[in-house]
Amino acid sequence: MPNNNALTLNAVNSFYGDSHILQDVSFNVTEGRVLALLGRNGAGKTTCMNTIAGLMKPRSGHVSVFGRSIEGATPEAICHSGIALVPQGRRIFKSLSVTENLVVAKRRPTPSGRVVWDVEDIFKVFPRLEERRSHPAGRLSGGEQQMLAIGRALMTNPLILLMDEPTEGLAPQIVAEVGRIIGQLRELGLSIVLVEQHTNFALRLADDVVIISTGEIVARGTAADLIQDSSLLNNHLGVH
Amino acid sequence: MFWITGLFNSLAFAAVLFLLAAGFSLIFGLMRVANLTHGAFFMLGGYLATSAIGAGFWIAIVAAGAGCALLGGLVQHLLVQRLAGRELAQVLGTLGLSFIVADQCLLIWSGDPISLAPPAFLQGAARLGMFAFPLYRLFLIVVAAFVAIALWLVVERTTLGAKIRAAVDDREMARATGIPVSRLFTVVFCLGSALAGIGGALAAPVLSVYPGLDTEMLPLALLVVILGGIGSLAGALIGSVLIGIIYTFGQILLPDLSYVILFLPMVIVLAVRPEGLLGRQAA
Repeated sequence: MPNNNALTLNAVNSFYGDSHILQDVSFNVTEGRVLALLGRNGAGKTTCMNTIAGLMKPRSGHVSVFGRSIEGATPEAICHSGIALVPQGRRIFKSLSVTENLVVAKRRPTPSGRVVWDVEDIFKVFPRLEERRSHPAGRLSGGEQQMLAIGRALMTNPLILLMDEPTEGLAPQIVAEVGRIIGQLRELGLSIVLVEQHTNFALRLADDVVIISTGEIVARGTAADLIQDSSLLNNHLGVH
Repeated sequence: MFWITGLFNSLAFAAVLFLLAAGFSLIFGLMRVANLTHGAFFMLGGYLATSAIGAGFWIAIVAAGAGCALLGGLVQHLLVQRLAGRELAQVLGTLGLSFIVADQCLLIWSGDPISLAPPAFLQGAARLGMFAFPLYRLFLIVVAAFVAIALWLVVERTTLGAKIRAAVDDREMARATGIPVSRLFTVVFCLGSALAGIGGALAAPVLSVYPGLDTEMLPLALLVVILGGIGSLAGALIGSVLIGIIYTFGQILLPDLSYVILFLPMVIVLAVRPEGLLGRQAA
């Protein structure tokens, strides 16, 4: 393996109360690649993302970022270690303005070797946000809120971006825009975990794919492999 | 004549209420903690000022604020933070603590009311035609106005304020965005406690300080916050003015019913607009 592992999950088990959601989940995200985490509704994708981001504590197992364990770390510390979450449902700060949503996420100093983002850089990627910079974020359209959620995540100067259903509920045109941006971020060297319901969208963008079903990893491979062998997709995702 | 003087006194009382309720509201809005030691901090601030008055009026006020900020930080760190997410435990914990603080005050400062002399230049009254307005009460109104503007600027116009509002909006996501939410909580708790202490100290020349002041003021702070809306500074301001007016005129005009007229608006607001006059809809 010539490449570095950006993110490693090793036998992670997470619970919601008494229900065992993630069962011995293990996978690697290679530096600079996009990994699509696919699965049906309720398969444990969001739980997996929230566990990595520290919003849920795994009961056992290890998560490490560039070889360094983030076991027991707070969400703040995990963010500083280079992981940024674009959460399901966007969860932008509704009562803050667009600019404030970005500014509160700004971190200095940032360890060397990371792409450093400023508010103006975000506005270059998302000109639409600049037009609405003083608007309360709660009044943005769904697509604009999604861009703001991505922008906010970038402001933390991440190495790894966790994107949880970034196209949920968006018009096809905006979905294409989000896809274009994910491609750009990959070009910049970011490692990305992409959770998606739109399998075709995810397969177009991803380098690697992991399929999760009722909390267990049931298949993994490169996106190219999965496109070749559609039986895996059919079995586990019920794609028509 | 009666109405003008009454209104003036209402505003002076509202100024004190605002100092008390602003911190209470911020703490409640940000941390979802009803900090029931807040009334005790108000009383403690008054007592601390009476003890430090030898060093001068201004030093006494600062000492009251600093003392309560320090104690507030300890309460947040040692008690409230450990009970995170357990509302009943927080209510009982902070209420119990307020009894302890009140008892210690009784031990240290005895049961007699202690009054505080205002600085010489604030004694006397400003005359305007046939009206005489006590200077010290004017001063209270000015101070509260300054505090309101300063708080508004901090909360609405600084990055620190934006981070506080972000944590109010979505605490979990704020943490995942790298905002040090628990440090912010401590800052807000200290600030709110300091304001309560300063409020108690500044009120001492008017109300004096006596055992039971804490339990008299705490329900008023709750009223203000419920009326104005939790976590809203403008709401705390409007609520303070409303309660100041109702309290002052109620006591003069309908002393027998003063508690009824105090709590009746709260009942109505809760029934019609449970989030308060300027409160946000719960997310």
